[in-house]
Amino acid sequence: MYPHADDVIRALPELVWCGFGMLVMLLQPFVKSRHFFTGLALVGALLGTGAAFAAGATPGAGFYGLIESDVFSFFFRLLIGLVTVLVILAANSYLDRENLPTAEFYALVLFATAGMGVLASARELLTAFIGLELSSISSYILAGFRRDSMKSSEASLKYFLLGSFATAFFLYGIALVYGATGTTNLARMDDADPGSSLLKLGLSMILIGIGFKVAAAPFQIWTPDVYEGAPTPVTALFSAGPKAAAFALLLRIFATVPAATHFWFWAFWVLAVLTMFAGNLGALLQTNVKRLLAYSSIAHAGYILVAFAAVTFMANDLNGGAAPAYAAVMFYLLSYGLVKIGAFTIVSEIGGTGEKNLSLDDYAGLAQRQPFAAAALSVYLLSLLGLPVTAGFFGKFYIFKAAVNSHLMWLAVLMGINSVIGAYYYLRVIVVMYMREGSAEAMAAPPVRFPMAVNVVLAITVIGTIYFGLFPNQVLNFILQPNLIAR
Amino acid sequence: MSSLFHGGHLLSILIFFPAVGALALLLLRGDDHVFIRRIALIVSTAEFLFSLLMLRGIPLNSGDYRLVEYAQWITTPPIHYHLGVDGISLFLVILTTILTPISVLASWNSIHHRVKEFFVMLLMLEVGVVGVFLSLDLFLFFLFWEVMLIPMAFLIGIWGHERRIYAAVKFVLYTMAGSILMLVGIIWLYNATGTFDLPTIQQMIQTGALVLQPRAEMLLFLAFFVAFAVKVPLFPLHTWLPDAHVEAPTAGSVMLAGVLLKMGTYGMIRFCLPLFPEASRRAAPWVATLAIIGIIYGALVALVQPNLKKLVAYSSVSHLGFIVLGIFAFRNISMQGAVYQMLAHGISTGALFLLVGMLYDRRHTFEISEYGGLATPMPKFAAFFLFAALSSLGLPMLNGFVGEYLILLGTYQSHWQWASWAALGVILSACYLLWSYQRVFLGEVTHEKNKSLADASRREKFILATMSVIILWMGLGSTYFTRRTEASAEAVIDQVEPQRPYEAAAPPVGSPMVKAAGNDTSVVHDTSVVHVTKQIPAAASGR
Repeated sequence: MYPHADDVIRALPELVWCGFGMLVMLLQPFVKSRHFFTGLALVGALLGTGAAFAAGATPGAGFYGLIESDVFSFFFRLLIGLVTVLVILAANSYLDRENLPTAEFYALVLFATAGMGVLASARELLTAFIGLELSSISSYILAGFRRDSMKSSEASLKYFLLGSFATAFFLYGIALVYGATGTTNLARMDDADPGSSLLKLGLSMILIGIGFKVAAAPFQIWTPDVYEGAPTPVTALFSAGPKAAAFALLLRIFATVPAATHFWFWAFWVLAVLTMFAGNLGALLQTNVKRLLAYSSIAHAGYILVAFAAVTFMANDLNGGAAPAYAAVMFYLLSYGLVKIGAFTIVSEIGGTGEKNLSLDDYAGLAQRQPFAAAALSVYLLSLLGLPVTAGFFGKFYIFKAAVNSHLMWLAVLMGINSVIGAYYYLRVIVVMYMREGSAEAMAAPPVRFPMAVNVVLAITVIGTIYFGLFPNQVLNFILQPNLIAR
Repeated sequence: MSSLFHGGHLLSILIFFPAVGALALLLLRGDDHVFIRRIALIVSTAEFLFSLLMLRGIPLNSGDYRLVEYAQWITTPPIHYHLGVDGISLFLVILTTILTPISVLASWNSIHHRVKEFFVMLLMLEVGVVGVFLSLDLFLFFLFWEVMLIPMAFLIGIWGHERRIYAAVKFVLYTMAGSILMLVGIIWLYNATGTFDLPTIQQMIQTGALVLQPRAEMLLFLAFFVAFAVKVPLFPLHTWLPDAHVEAPTAGSVMLAGVLLKMGTYGMIRFCLPLFPEASRRAAPWVATLAIIGIIYGALVALVQPNLKKLVAYSSVSHLGFIVLGIFAFRNISMQGAVYQMLAHGISTGALFLLVGMLYDRRHTFEISEYGGLATPMPKFAAFFLFAALSSLGLPMLNGFVGEYLILLGTYQSHWQWASWAALGVILSACYLLWSYQRVFLGEVTHEKNKSLADASRREKFILATMSVIILWMGLGSTYFTRRTEASAEAVIDQVEPQRPYEAAAPPVGSPMVKAAGNDTSVVHDTSVVHVTKQIPAAASGR
């Protein structure tokens, strides 16, 4: 019994990513050149992203309904592919600087990418679980990739212990959902009784598992430590990739399983408020830029959860009111991914060998030493802050709009308050870069020259951030297609 | 070339020309300060000349939006690039474009480090402010409103005085807290109407196609009003202003007092009153109370200020209170006065900040006690200062008088108690301005250092003479301005009036939305209608 050719094409991106991951591992003993693997991984990531187009051109369910190739998974595969390409480009100089093995690193990144791709396109819960495991296990190793650093090992262990605990929740949730509906295939859960408490319990456990992945409060405790300890390019990957993939799965679950009940609405309402405040209040006190961005990741997960509250409030009506809320989440993840990759790349380069220069003081006077890096970081921070002419502004605007559409005035107002709290700490970084003088020795030191690959990453992310901030039309019209998610 | 300006793109040019100038500056290599300053001056002067071309496009006695530009920008939700100018925004734009070259000149010698960035920020600020005044799409308006924050914050934070960073962050956070609420309000309004287009929404409200529940209307009103009140700043929300003013460089203070504060009062006139007439009327007593508190409180604090720049800053709180009072008195005359006072305050307070900045350039202090008897070493400078002070305190024949008088007159017609309290502010402003003039300029020179201070240089004399000419012209030739603002001001009042005699003339409910908002978008602006309603205030004043 061989799979049909269309099935293979529908899963092609993940197959390519996985295949190149294995190829990198197989070639590692035979090739000495470090940069060979960078090139190979880059080719693999790009080919996999290209394969997303082939998959997108062949819509339908693959492998007997295990995965789904629709507009939704096409969008997320492109996003994840883009994230991976940018991370590989940004990681090259970092690995050289820290003298870390390249082949293993890139292989793990590609496996993680494949896992995220599976998460975003799975239409069956056990398949999603495999995707989750694939991306998580690679992530645990990547977090501890700087073996001789205490912080990195701590990050890895913490991530592993808490992560496997959360994965267990996820798996148990699947079992309960199976008990309630008799199937693990989302497509067959249409007629499930939304009031069933077994289904609610199961979905709650799945939500906890995913909530851990996306760093939603109260499951966010690991985030600052892991983000800080992990090698910075890996942090960039964590903050953009798995978050997008996990939110994609969550969207798909709540788009197909009948769950538009008060229960879910309030669950997301509470989660969103907790997460926003946990992230923003935590970030206020940070003096380490990497930690600050980690807390800001939590806050942004909170903003996205606001849109989820709107989704569940919208009576699950994909053709009507809920579509803008879906679009809000997807556009937000795109804008957020671009910005976070760019920001962490700069943090990685400024950090220098051994990630020494991570504190806010190291950024004092950056505008005079390295005007382009300071300007780029300012664009990212302003986008995170949600100021116009950046993609982040439209992302926030659409979430606001989704919330107001669903008459969630208080949630919108709470989100507004959080945006202002957020403004304080993002501005603080800009203030330090532009308005403070650096220490004498820092100012005397020659400016850090960014390698070409890093400049490419910065150019792509800055241009993307501003372009989507001026012309969000194309992306939005693409996401707002009526057949976004196969049902 | 002239077809370019006639062909309906003048407003876009006005918005983006300074941005092009800023970009050109950014691309310049090297640190030739003189060259950079000259380019900035040329760009901003050219911008001023362009803005004068608007005068040709605005006929007298017209309350309509003119020189309209309308293009699709974002399809979902429908956001349009919709620009237009009417009597209210016309002179505010020109005020902005004239204060920018003045600010460039004022910063000629006082900015020494990061000169290029300074002028880039100044020009970007102009982009944001002009954009705010010309936008007719709520979304576009919000966009410029937020964009303008960053250059201003940088101007304060990089080139300001000792506590500049604190002041810059405070400025941004205050404004942002207000504007986030406005964003929620804008989206709410969009959900109710399906459009961000200001004239369309205005028409829907006037014709009754959109009826807001009283509670919803009040919440929406507050969402907008708080954002504007922070900017004005109205009494309890004013605490950012003295910090921002004192810490900002001279050019920043001039732009801040001259035009940025006007964005708040402009927003009230343009959005709060026409969009939420019922709520505006209900809130008017409260707003007027706060405005009067602001007038008297600002004046009293100014009276006891030992810091000259803070004194001028608090006088702004007081004067802006007058403008808010004039707006919320809902009389044609007081609205006219408010519009006029916005311009007059921009010029006279701008002039005062310029003068204070020139003193600072010489002595590096704002403390009044450090000065004294300056009229002896610098008589010309003292004369200019007295002239600006007299205009600010509302001496007849000068610009401040016209606005204050019209506001008090109109307010008296509707609520004589409000006018009586506000009149206290006029007296107090004479006290604090003349007293501070006396302490700084008259008597013997008390400090050794002040004996050898240089009088106004040629550049300074040129700046101050320009401002003085405008002050005098606005005082004597006020009809030149009022004839152009009056129809628009009346149109706003018509929209808040509870009686709607023009309702019969209005199109039926659910009439098709205005697409090409260029010509006669709003029935309310029809001149024949304006004449009918003109009599209403007089008749109603007996209430």
